[in-house]
Amino acid sequence: MNFNTPDTVTIQQTLQDTVHAAVQHGDHAEEGGNLFTGLLHHVYDSNELELPFLGKIELPHFAPIHIGSMTFDMSITKHVVFLWLAALLLIVLAVVAARKNKKNRVPKGFGNFVEVFILFIRDEVAIPNMGPGGIKYLPYLLTTFFFILIMNLSGLVPYGATATGNISVTGGLAIIAFIMIQVSAIRAQGVGSYLKHLTGGVHWMLWPIMIPIEVLGLFTKPFALMVRLFANMIGGHIVIVSLIGLIFIFQSWIIAPVPIIFVLGINMLELFVAFLQAYIFTMLTSLFMGLGMQAAHDESEHH
Amino acid sequence: MLNPNPGLIIWTIITFVLLLIILKKFAWKPLLESLHKREETVRSSIERAENAKQESERLLEENRKQLERAEQDGRRILNENRALAEKLKEEIIEKANQQSRKMIEMAKQEIERDKDAALISLRGEVANLAIVAAGKILDETLDENKQRKLVDSYLKGLPKN
Repeated sequence: MNFNTPDTVTIQQTLQDTVHAAVQHGDHAEEGGNLFTGLLHHVYDSNELELPFLGKIELPHFAPIHIGSMTFDMSITKHVVFLWLAALLLIVLAVVAARKNKKNRVPKGFGNFVEVFILFIRDEVAIPNMGPGGIKYLPYLLTTFFFILIMNLSGLVPYGATATGNISVTGGLAIIAFIMIQVSAIRAQGVGSYLKHLTGGVHWMLWPIMIPIEVLGLFTKPFALMVRLFANMIGGHIVIVSLIGLIFIFQSWIIAPVPIIFVLGINMLELFVAFLQAYIFTMLTSLFMGLGMQAAHDESEHH
Repeated sequence: MLNPNPGLIIWTIITFVLLLIILKKFAWKPLLESLHKREETVRSSIERAENAKQESERLLEENRKQLERAEQDGRRILNENRALAEKLKEEIIEKANQQSRKMIEMAKQEIERDKDAALISLRGEVANLAIVAAGKILDETLDENKQRKLVDSYLKGLPKN
């Protein structure tokens, strides 16, 4: 068993090698290997969808589309399916909550539960960060929060997958956040002021240095959002896989209760992290939007 | 794991945008509306309750003042009436006293008058009786005028009462 100093990409390889090596000696080589790769595949995107009792379903492949030098593989993968499932679930739940709250004068049960989150995002996230002007971006923030939350939680369900544990999904969400941050800033302070803000307010001789830095700054914020959500979601799953892997490394059922207890703990933690990361993504998006919007206020106050 | 898949990015963006549009129309708008409406209701209810409380406090204060005023009035009227009654009583007693005094006075005068009259008639009677008696005793009929003079002089010799 040699653990190389693992960087993110090779963790998986190392683990797999180790476990394969370990399992090869055991009597249940085939079984253990399947179980382990199955566990690890839980984290990855694939073209197959596992269903309870029905086995695996092959998802449709589409021929890649080439636009310029870019290749777009628009195949429906497992994560696309869970993206859609989360979206559908969210639509159903939100519409049910809306109907219920419209009917009841005092919200109760599920309607009340949803409203707690809505109130929290409005009063603790949108208004403190963006001021009263942030109310009009509330639908965007609410959609972001609930969509990410449901995707995060769907990974904790048996046969589920965490779409937010895929960097492309978080990347897509970050691109939308990027657009929303720029749009809200431009709408709040106007194009002229927005562009002027990119110069950092320094002497024009320094513009060649300042402008690239400021532009880079625009991209680092959503980039951080993307990596944070992705890493948090996949991190928990990898820890669980590693802990389960311990059983195979030690090749003993006796050791099993220890990793299982740990996995249980990590699962609880993941449940918490699912909520936390959805909140953080929403919170930081609104914070960045608020920064762009408030820059306008500061400037108009100074002049 | 770290290689982004452009297809999936596109799917994510498409899904998110559609989700945003659908939810905004069918879920967030009604939810936020009912939230806003309820907040308004709660705010106005509290305001109304506050107003009602102030109003009732004002009324209570007013009632209390009125009660106090009524009590004062009652006391004042009672005092006034008591004084009036006292005065009236004294007046009535005074008047009754006066009247009784007057009546006593009148009675006294009457008695005086009656006494005088009685005395006068008694004198006449006595004179007559004396005359008759004297005539019988003397058996001599004197001149009535002479006799009267005699009796008168005798009576004048008597003390006044």
